[in-house]
Amino acid sequence: MDALGEFFRVYQTTIGVIGINALLALSVWITLYAGQLTLGNAAFMAIGAYGAALLGMRLGVPFPLGLVLGAGLSAALALPLGLAVFRLRGVYLAIATIGFGEVVRVVLLTLPFTGKALGLNGIPPVTELWHIYVSLAVVAYVLWRVQGSTVGRAWAAIREDEIAAASQGIAIRRYKLAAFVAGAAIAAWAGGLSAHLNFSIEPGDFGFTRAVQILVYAVVGGTPSVAGPILGATLLTALPEILRPLREYRDIFAGLILMGVIIYLPRGLVTLAELRKTRRLQEIGAADVA
Amino acid sequence: MLLECDGISKRFGGVHAVAEVDLAVAPGQVFGLIGPNGAGKTTLVNLISGHLRIDAGAIRFAGADVTRLAPHALAARGIARTFQGVRLFKGLSVLENVLVGRHARMRSDVLRRLWPRGVPDRRDRERAGLLLERLGLTRPQALAGELAYGDQRRLEIARALASEPRLLILDEPAAGMNPAESARLRELMRALVAEGLTIVLIEHDVRLVMGTCERVAVLNFGRKIAEGTPAEILASPIVREAYLGSEDAA
Amino acid sequence: MAEQLYNAIFVGSIYALFAVGFALVFSVLDILNLAHPVVFMLGAFVALFCMSTFGLPAALAAIAAFFVAGLFGIFLDRVAFAPLRRRGAPPLSAMISSLGFAIVVIRLMELRYGPDLTSYPAGSLPQTVLQIGDARVDGLRLLIIGLAILLMAALTYVVRATQLGRDIRALAENPHAARLLGVDVDRAIAATFFISSGLGGVAGALLGFAYNAIYPQMGTPYELKAFTVMVVGGMGSLPGAVLGAYILGIGEIAALVFLPAELAELRDAFAFGLLFLVLVIRPRGLLGHGAVERA
Repeated sequence: MDALGEFFRVYQTTIGVIGINALLALSVWITLYAGQLTLGNAAFMAIGAYGAALLGMRLGVPFPLGLVLGAGLSAALALPLGLAVFRLRGVYLAIATIGFGEVVRVVLLTLPFTGKALGLNGIPPVTELWHIYVSLAVVAYVLWRVQGSTVGRAWAAIREDEIAAASQGIAIRRYKLAAFVAGAAIAAWAGGLSAHLNFSIEPGDFGFTRAVQILVYAVVGGTPSVAGPILGATLLTALPEILRPLREYRDIFAGLILMGVIIYLPRGLVTLAELRKTRRLQEIGAADVA
Repeated sequence: MLLECDGISKRFGGVHAVAEVDLAVAPGQVFGLIGPNGAGKTTLVNLISGHLRIDAGAIRFAGADVTRLAPHALAARGIARTFQGVRLFKGLSVLENVLVGRHARMRSDVLRRLWPRGVPDRRDRERAGLLLERLGLTRPQALAGELAYGDQRRLEIARALASEPRLLILDEPAAGMNPAESARLRELMRALVAEGLTIVLIEHDVRLVMGTCERVAVLNFGRKIAEGTPAEILASPIVREAYLGSEDAA
Repeated sequence: MAEQLYNAIFVGSIYALFAVGFALVFSVLDILNLAHPVVFMLGAFVALFCMSTFGLPAALAAIAAFFVAGLFGIFLDRVAFAPLRRRGAPPLSAMISSLGFAIVVIRLMELRYGPDLTSYPAGSLPQTVLQIGDARVDGLRLLIIGLAILLMAALTYVVRATQLGRDIRALAENPHAARLLGVDVDRAIAATFFISSGLGGVAGALLGFAYNAIYPQMGTPYELKAFTVMVVGGMGSLPGAVLGAYILGIGEIAALVFLPAELAELRDAFAFGLLFLVLVIRPRGLLGHGAVERA
């Protein structure tokens, strides 16, 4: 028992980070499930992080409310952004969201009250592990149930064939926006939790690299179910810890895993559990991510 | 009149894909639309189903103006269609394809499903199952992309029917079907009309068109060049000329 | 002012050399090669290697950079893209695959050379300063601008006037038709990557010469700028990429000149703000063609 307590203490932060990365991976998963590739969720995470931290530190807003407001602000920004870009095809949407991400990062570097390049320090570390994991459990549960509902089916139809989906009565714009905005809100919530776990945040934490990282969690883990992104985030966050002796080479492993998965298991690692179905999908050319 | 098109036009660049086409389809009719390749038939269908914007003219469905409506709104009003070359949700199962087809008629069950044992609407699944049986699709869990071509076409029709439409537009449903399958399609269409459905049929298979349609319109170069009963169309020299004596019009 | 313009053209030239390779692959294969910054960086390091280990003059080192990077590009395609092409995977998969590849190679370079700045051997780079009218210009940069223009002209020639160029253009227009018409698709794709990566590698070497400071991650900022360049100029259009590159170069220097010092960071926001605006208002960009929006 003592050993367990010891393990827990040493790895507490890592366990927290795994939970947050899982939330972030889920935020990207929703949009992928609806056929959209977004690299803007690191920016929404930043908005949630800075929003919650600033509201708490400067205006004394209680932590839970700060989280909610951060998520709300992200959602409010995601709506016009989503409307502006919903018509863009895959690659172009990705680029547009990259652009958005960079604009947010630069704005954070420039605004006076964000601490600019030094970021915010001394954020009260009020995030508990249970905050993170309850959030994760709730989000994962809701998304799991939504997946099997009319909404989830509509998203899957949009992903498969948008034109046909429209003819079945699916309001494409509304559904895409819903996925996009939901993803932004979840990412922001995770950002708020993360800011209060780590004492300090700076704009560099939320750039292109981070956005790509989040996407990678979802893609490597897998897209057919909510278990995928959670698995991907856990594996890729824990990997550096597991490979501590090989610390120098862990990026190389990560890169190789990424390539291996996308080439040989395109729907992600979770599909190892249903290899036969994956074979069938590969045969009809429907095995890929988006 | 269930469907009325008044002077519909669509331009791509400088070319008129569809030019001033008038159509009137009465309820319960099977209306055929034929014409040589490139005549604008599919463009016209895309205009009616809302996938393309009309440059000029108006469309009325059951008396209401639907000219500017998006495809999903038209589906909600009762217009369903199949696509030339089949657009199924390949990675989804056969059953799921049909369930998506019912989207316009299903009540959103998101909130109900948040309860751990929230029961999905049995009725929708039952109806979907019945449709699959009717269309001769026996493996609801198969992936749509795995089906043979003929089965895929039938699945697309099942999906279209799932929304209980008032008007069904079939875009070359018989392409790639053998005579036995075409015959079954003819039977199906007759049965559907008997149940009150209106059908617009775009086809190259002349036997199918002549055998099922009460009225036929002929398009060429985006314009309607003839309209009448199948017999009138067959006899029309204008139509013959449009097809240039090809096998189709023989 | 003239000096700023000169700077802008220099920056634009590097952006152009980088972006043109990127745009070439996109126009032919419809994918974003996220490993392009790797060949850029590799070119700089190959030049370094040639100059420090073999004592080659800078000019030869740059040529070596072109060829090595070009060959590496073919290798990149075989490993990261070809398997996906074989099964008809969507562009996103290619992007992610190239991303993984880039992560591996950049890390390997970091292990070999360290993540910090490395310089070229002392005295190996020309140091002339020319006087043109009122301006004092760095001769090396002028040379680079000239080289960049020369390379782009050469590319234009290859694309327009050679059989290979015709094959590549056919492939870009319609892969199926190209195959049916007898185009050797594999050869054309290999050539595309060779040219694209070769140009990227030279760009990296030239940039390295100009700043005399290279590091494994040096390609990443250029990659992000390249997105803007391509979008503004028109995705898949080579002249568009060049035009976009110079517009961006001039725009950035202008932003630097006209913005107060504290807002210097906003210069970067300029690039992305522009990107965004173009995608929303005119997704095709200035000279683009091809579908950017869904039907």
